[in-house]
Amino acid sequence: MSADQQRQPVVLASNLVKKYGDFIAVKGVNFAVYPGECFGLLGPNGAGKTSIIRMTYGFSPVSDGLLSVFGEDIMLRPRAIKSQIGVISQDDDLDPVLSVRENLIIYAGYFQIDRETAKKRSEEILSFMDLQDKADEPVENLSGGLRRRLTLGRGLINQPALLLLDEPTTGLDPYARHLVWHRLRRLKEEGTTMLLTTHYMEEASQLCDRLIIMYQGEIVEEGQPEGLIERHLGKEALELGAGCGCPDSLFDDSRELIRCRQGMGDDLVLFTDHGLELMDRVTAQASRQQIPIRYRRLRLSNLEDVFLQLTGESLREDGAALLPGKRREGEREDAR
Amino acid sequence: MPGNRLWQNLLSWPDLSWPLVYRVFCRNLLLFRKTWMANIMFNFVEPVIYLWALGFGLGVYVNKIHGLPYINFLAPALVASSSMFATTYEMTYGSFTRMSVQKVFQSMVATPVSMDDVVLGEILYGTFKGVLYGTVFLTVLAVFGLVRSCWALLAPVPVALMAAGFSIISMIWTSIAPGFDSFEYFFTLLITPMFFLSGVFFPLETLPAGVRLLAWFTPLYHAVEAVRPLILGTATRPVWGHLVWLAALVLLTLRIPLVMVKKRLIK
Repeated sequence: MSADQQRQPVVLASNLVKKYGDFIAVKGVNFAVYPGECFGLLGPNGAGKTSIIRMTYGFSPVSDGLLSVFGEDIMLRPRAIKSQIGVISQDDDLDPVLSVRENLIIYAGYFQIDRETAKKRSEEILSFMDLQDKADEPVENLSGGLRRRLTLGRGLINQPALLLLDEPTTGLDPYARHLVWHRLRRLKEEGTTMLLTTHYMEEASQLCDRLIIMYQGEIVEEGQPEGLIERHLGKEALELGAGCGCPDSLFDDSRELIRCRQGMGDDLVLFTDHGLELMDRVTAQASRQQIPIRYRRLRLSNLEDVFLQLTGESLREDGAALLPGKRREGEREDAR
Repeated sequence: MPGNRLWQNLLSWPDLSWPLVYRVFCRNLLLFRKTWMANIMFNFVEPVIYLWALGFGLGVYVNKIHGLPYINFLAPALVASSSMFATTYEMTYGSFTRMSVQKVFQSMVATPVSMDDVVLGEILYGTFKGVLYGTVFLTVLAVFGLVRSCWALLAPVPVALMAAGFSIISMIWTSIAPGFDSFEYFFTLLITPMFFLSGVFFPLETLPAGVRLLAWFTPLYHAVEAVRPLILGTATRPVWGHLVWLAALVLLTLRIPLVMVKKRLIK
């Protein structure tokens, strides 16, 4: 990590701001993506993730602050920088009338890749993305999963040093999603740097080395996926089908084990580092007080929980509690 | 002030890379090669029908115009008008589909291609299509024996200038069009009246002075006035005036669609 950080960042945002008229979508964020790293931007819709991606490939102008890519200001030399980036955008923007192979060859032309190299690389990409059977099929006949694979393959045609992935697996079935993840992991092993947005927490924990969680244009948290879970929640989550209205006395003898709680519908989730012991104590307490518990399940905490803890809560209550520097460890007993 | 900014952009030099403009053009050409059969029917059969119905049909009842049989008066003008329709359809319905439905523009600018390259590539393609349809129609006229002079070989020049002008005008409309429906207005309010009032079917002398002045402001009028004498072999010095008018239109307006499309797509 520290050795990484001494290298020059591939993407460096300092006080990066994006405004659309009076609306400020990105409110002065700072982050750096280092070579070979997969860096995640997480957040609900409207958090400013896509705005950051669009600025990174020079599509949206930077409103304020600085965004440098490969050490150069993206606003000054977009063409040179774009030639080394692969963009996998959220939209389906393939050429529908052209075949799979033609899509790759035509796209290679925009990078001024000569025809022979373009053909060779297209074949490599077809095999890498497992699309050989569909090579001559018009894109309009392809399923969503196949289109997504082609979109990803198309983004590789210039052998980019940096991949920008804007929700690469949104709308895919589990099989297609795992295939895309697998290919992305292989690219990462080969040293491709990635900047990825997602709302799938599983995707982030599968792929990202580091990530930031954004909410309303600001960074609310940053770190490594496991580090965030550890910092905010504890290793395990105990789900209790006890209803939100269950008396607080249920936790009389287990309070010191509970790092925080979350209400999810009618269920209650308790986060802890001592899952089995907590479950035993709560079960014993429940039978003593005759509080009905429909079910209980002990599982590992995941990023989804962190995400809900950080952003879901503020959707209901005061957003101020989430601002950087105000984060509190555990003891979120007020959470309901 | 947003208005000020627009002016600044209009006066600034566009961000162009000619090899990439050419790539954008080639992408459209590849698609055209896939669908040209269906395309050519749509844009080409129509002027042929006009030629037969009006030239051979109506022409029988019409006295000579400027000493010419009606079909000889009409046919050269249809070269220009068929080119106009090919270009305007392509740069409205076609470009709008690429821009808003297929998001082809957006996917291109994720590569070293700039938005200015994309729009200029589109305009070149629209111009190419206009010239292609005009030229094919001219060939048909030659087959029917309606071409009277070798000067007709130069007819693609005014046609190209006019098609470029229509590419630009259509692209401007496309850049502010909220949806496909708005193109009905474009054709009903702009293109169709132009078709009937630019000296294609009858000389403008018979029209009131106001309408004649209006016609002077249309690219189709100048193209017709340049193409007709070239095909009939009666070309004189005034043809230059029409060419200059068409070239000036292109040069003065070319920057506008580049700025407008950028304004629409880049936020």
